[in-house]
Amino acid sequence: MAGVSPDTIKAEVRKLDEMVSEAVVKELEGSLLRVSKAGAITREELSKIIEGVKQAYVNAMVEPGEAVGTVAAQSIGEPGTQMTLRTFHYAGVAELNVTLGLPRLIEIIDARRVPSAALTTIYLKEKYARSKEKARTFAQKIELTTVEDVVLQTETDLINVVLGLTLDRSRMQRRELTPSKVASAIKEALKVDALIEGYKLRIKPTTQSLSELRRLAAKVRALPLHGVKGINRVVVKMEGNEYVVYTEGSNFSEILTMPEVDQTRTVTNNIHEIEDVLGVEAARNAIINEAVETLDEQGLDVDIRHIMLVADMMTTRGTMKQVGRHGVSGEKTSVLARASFEITTKHLLDACIHGETDRLDGIIENIIAGQPIPLGTGSVELTMRREGEGGHK
Amino acid sequence: MSVGFDIGQHVLVPKHEILSKEKAREVLERYKISPHQLPLIKSSDPVVKAIGAKPGDILQITRDSPTAGRAIAYRFVIEE
Repeated sequence: MAGVSPDTIKAEVRKLDEMVSEAVVKELEGSLLRVSKAGAITREELSKIIEGVKQAYVNAMVEPGEAVGTVAAQSIGEPGTQMTLRTFHYAGVAELNVTLGLPRLIEIIDARRVPSAALTTIYLKEKYARSKEKARTFAQKIELTTVEDVVLQTETDLINVVLGLTLDRSRMQRRELTPSKVASAIKEALKVDALIEGYKLRIKPTTQSLSELRRLAAKVRALPLHGVKGINRVVVKMEGNEYVVYTEGSNFSEILTMPEVDQTRTVTNNIHEIEDVLGVEAARNAIINEAVETLDEQGLDVDIRHIMLVADMMTTRGTMKQVGRHGVSGEKTSVLARASFEITTKHLLDACIHGETDRLDGIIENIIAGQPIPLGTGSVELTMRREGEGGHK
Repeated sequence: MSVGFDIGQHVLVPKHEILSKEKAREVLERYKISPHQLPLIKSSDPVVKAIGAKPGDILQITRDSPTAGRAIAYRFVIEE
């Protein structure tokens, strides 16, 4: 018997598009076309296969009333017990600090404003990504350099009330700085006089007091000479066929405005910055990517659907919310559900003061009340229409 | 926060589109919900500003999903 043509296969498989997800359709089409090269599939077989796929897809779907949240929590929680518990920084990318394991996962789920080890991955535009020289120059341009970074010694001359700085020649040269550049930066930013004597600077405070001198010393040391605020260490690394710049510290919005940067791929591990610059949907993707990366790195295999659910819950309100009493849990409508999680008395007291009503719609409330929970078969309710209300007699 | 480029081009940002009034009503009818039951997005969101959506609009978001290939989601624009 002759098999069906590839065109028929394509047409038939495309009909599934409406009910089966795109990934499944594509995979089915791909494998059918591979097998049917010799015309091995008959029309009858084709429709059987398609029917079988349809059935398998429907069987795999989550049933209404299934406790997906609980399953997600346990599926992430159990592997979590096998993760490194230490706040463990390890040299993952070159010599940079990266928080890994459970501490990082907690950071992501808690939606911390600042990660304990911020890291930006900067991709460069083609012109810069191919040349090591250009990538290096860019790296140097963004690395934050303060006066302290180039100073060998500071001395406070208490008799003449003068601050003396000895600059480090080699460190200055590496950063392409000269004493006069440093002096003019100090003059401009702090409005004080700076005398240059070779690689020594003598800085006079505006008022001749010792307290002023000390304050000035602190200010001078922290003064940025060049670079981007927040970018503390920069490492250039070859990846694939291009140079990628990794930075410790992050300043996403500023980095994205730089002309050398490939703005479409550059990312940071500070998810809040991503939310501010690229919006909630990007934040949702970032949560998923970061969580998957953290789990993968520990060799744990958690289905991505669980993580996607968590990311969805964290972003449904339009801004990123932590999974905890200040976020997902703290915004539950039911008083009893909130009170059973954390800070019980505060929630109960506030609810009393505001005269809140608990509609007993959720799971936790109904467990507390000792009633069947609206979950699985419990989520179905039967009501009877009485006579005179438009029901059947 | 503006960064001077089309943020829609970024790999992390999925496609956002404003739904027409009819399409929006269709979506709500299909799921039998009111707009506030949809996931929300603030009018101050950078993408909302970029595509010029107003509070009350419903956005259709076409996500690249590792499980489904392509997944459609909706968000309701709210006042910030």
